Amino acid sequence: MKAAFRRPESLTDVQTHYCPGCVHGIVHRITAEVIDELDLQDRAVGVASVGCSVLAYDYFDVDFQQAAHGRAPAVATGIKRVRPDASVFTYQGDGDLASIGTAEIIHAAMRGEKITVIFINNAIYGMTGGQMAPTTLRGQKTTTSPYGRDTEHSGDPIRVCEMLATLPGAVYLERTSCHDARHIMQTKRAIKKAFEVQEKGQGFAMVEVVSNCPTNWGMTPRESLEWVEENMIPYYPLGEFRSPEEVE
Amino acid sequence: MDRQILIAGFGGQGVMLMGQMLAYSAMKKDYNVSWMPSYGPEQRGGTANCGVVISEQPVGSPVVNEPTECVAMNLPSLEKFADTVVPGGCLLINSSLADADVNRDDITILRIPASEEAEQLGEVRVANMIMLGALSEATSLLSVEYLKDMLSEVLPERRHGLIPLNEKALDRGRELAQKQLAVK
Amino acid sequence: MSKELVKGNEAVGEAAIRAGCRYFFGYPITPQNEIPEYISARMPEVDGVFLQAESEVAAINMVYGAGGAGGRIMTSSSSPGISLKQEGISYIAGAEVPCVIVNMIRGGPGLGTIQPAQSDYFQATKGGGHGDYRMIVLGPSNLQELVDLTYEAFDLADRYRNPVMVLGDGVMGQMMEPVVFPEMRDLDELPEKEWATTGRGQRDETNLINSLYLDPQDSYEHNMRLADKYARIKENETRFKTLHADDAEYMFVAYGTVARIVRKAIESLREEGHRVGLLRPITLWPFPDEAFEQLVEQVKGFLTVEMSTGQMFEDVRLALNGAVPAEFYGTTGGIMPDYRDVAEQMKKTMDKVGDAS
Repeated sequence: MKAAFRRPESLTDVQTHYCPGCVHGIVHRITAEVIDELDLQDRAVGVASVGCSVLAYDYFDVDFQQAAHGRAPAVATGIKRVRPDASVFTYQGDGDLASIGTAEIIHAAMRGEKITVIFINNAIYGMTGGQMAPTTLRGQKTTTSPYGRDTEHSGDPIRVCEMLATLPGAVYLERTSCHDARHIMQTKRAIKKAFEVQEKGQGFAMVEVVSNCPTNWGMTPRESLEWVEENMIPYYPLGEFRSPEEVE
Repeated sequence: MDRQILIAGFGGQGVMLMGQMLAYSAMKKDYNVSWMPSYGPEQRGGTANCGVVISEQPVGSPVVNEPTECVAMNLPSLEKFADTVVPGGCLLINSSLADADVNRDDITILRIPASEEAEQLGEVRVANMIMLGALSEATSLLSVEYLKDMLSEVLPERRHGLIPLNEKALDRGRELAQKQLAVK
Repeated sequence: MSKELVKGNEAVGEAAIRAGCRYFFGYPITPQNEIPEYISARMPEVDGVFLQAESEVAAINMVYGAGGAGGRIMTSSSSPGISLKQEGISYIAGAEVPCVIVNMIRGGPGLGTIQPAQSDYFQATKGGGHGDYRMIVLGPSNLQELVDLTYEAFDLADRYRNPVMVLGDGVMGQMMEPVVFPEMRDLDELPEKEWATTGRGQRDETNLINSLYLDPQDSYEHNMRLADKYARIKENETRFKTLHADDAEYMFVAYGTVARIVRKAIESLREEGHRVGLLRPITLWPFPDEAFEQLVEQVKGFLTVEMSTGQMFEDVRLALNGAVPAEFYGTTGGIMPDYRDVAEQMKKTMDKVGDAS
């Protein structure tokens, strides 16, 4: 009998701590599926960041290192330089990657570091209780922008893919979303490609997943996914910003 | 024996190499040695100096503040360090570039026109070796013949073509020092 | 093996490579620039990796990743850069990643001066980063010792899965002195690191490099296990040297470059008939407390000399615990003490202690 659905080998049998409706679980699962499909479980080394995904090492059944806030690309660089045959990936949120870790992500991309970065952008600091992130949208209310993000005061949000696209070393940059099944499938294709780019030694690869945070956005899961589509995607357009085909 | 040698000039005069040559040559004679450069924000064109300690005892501080021998390759160095030489010590002045009076009658002073002499040898950059030859003669620290033997070890291989010229410079420094010391 | 005349910073680089270090991550800062410069030229010759990071913060986190992946790793910096590395050092200590960190101290605080100092003693031996951790801190006093301790630091780091700091200063980095380099280590003989994140391969369990223990009971047990390890390090690795301990009535306490200057002061004091000696800690953590216990019966007073306003002095006073008088003399902000001033201070100490008794 053929199994129609089962837990990927690269996921542990541990219940996650993620809130109901959060897409972290989905991205974990499709990342694990990709690791399985590319037969990378024995060579994969993940780097967990600081944020909601801080415990990612409990959920992936591969070797892991836990990094300090924002430093995952530097940690991944160290691992990859010692273990060039390993498949090294970071899993970072927007506070981690786009705020405290901007230097590390830019320079890992500049070096064309042969790592895969999965970047979850949900426009808020989830774990610490819903504070304003560098990716928080204009007018968006958070616990540290209670009147809505005032761009006169805090500037306009960072578009990381567009920023990194100026760097030749960043050979694959794609922004996807997880607000419906079709986009989830596209996210999986992108993550797979990002691991393949590393396998081929082409350079730095990053997938930015536009995500939700029903808890801190104060919405139901369905409302939050609609909000992604109606508010996030217009500011964070989906698509490839750098394509490895341009490189080859 | 405990010699504290200070060599000062501006960048490009080869003061660092001169100090290293001294330290290396003394090390090969099993003395305890140290070499210590001044280090600061100026990388090019500024003043440069290094201290060399040569001793039968383990070296204490490698920083030379009160030299037993001082080589002043230019005027700022002479003005800065002439008063620091210990009584009974020796001050060697590159008189091509430093001609100020020195108010010391308790030290030996040699004025060697090293830059001009080096130009006559065809390469102004060997002024440092002329001064080293003079220093060797004035202090009987390490003989010129011994220093010549060390050239091939101190200079990188690609510079070995310059060894004959450096030997001439060491000889010339010795001659000039001998003449002045004979007068004294 | 023959003696070579080498600059301190370059000597560190060569010693590290001979110890089997094949990965270096750093960032420029005076007065230690010759370390990354030397290694950037030397690493390709031994198929190693030199990488200039975008900051000290990134460099130490590369060390964390690379050390966690099982390599022999070093980074180097000087005081302001070491401050930036503190976060990473705390994580490295917490996750028990072996690595070697070199600090060629310059005067502080802030941007300070590029001239030598010993004012990072607190930072090195008392934490620097957050949390209840200890780092092995080695304080060489000449370039041969700098080479030998750097070489051995990698073994200590591996043996205890702990960061090891080699604590030098600007003078040590810049000066040249004769050294004999140890043999090139055979990389095949380096210890296996079965805990490293290499990719799980044929292992049954995955490996994790981590300092996060959300459950306080887990965190407590982790900390207590670290405390046991630190106690073991103190027991096994405490090192010091003495000079004239057989007959000294008064003793200097000094480490690093200052110990060389103190030795000159001792020479001149003994020529005048004063029975003075030196206790020189080589491991600054673990601090050699026991060495003092052995000496208090015989020594009337201790004079600590440092290039700071009195940092190691606190450890000296703790070790003496009031048993005999402890005096201090220091220069700071990039000024080195003169041996004659040091000798003079010892005479003052002798007068003061003599008057009191």
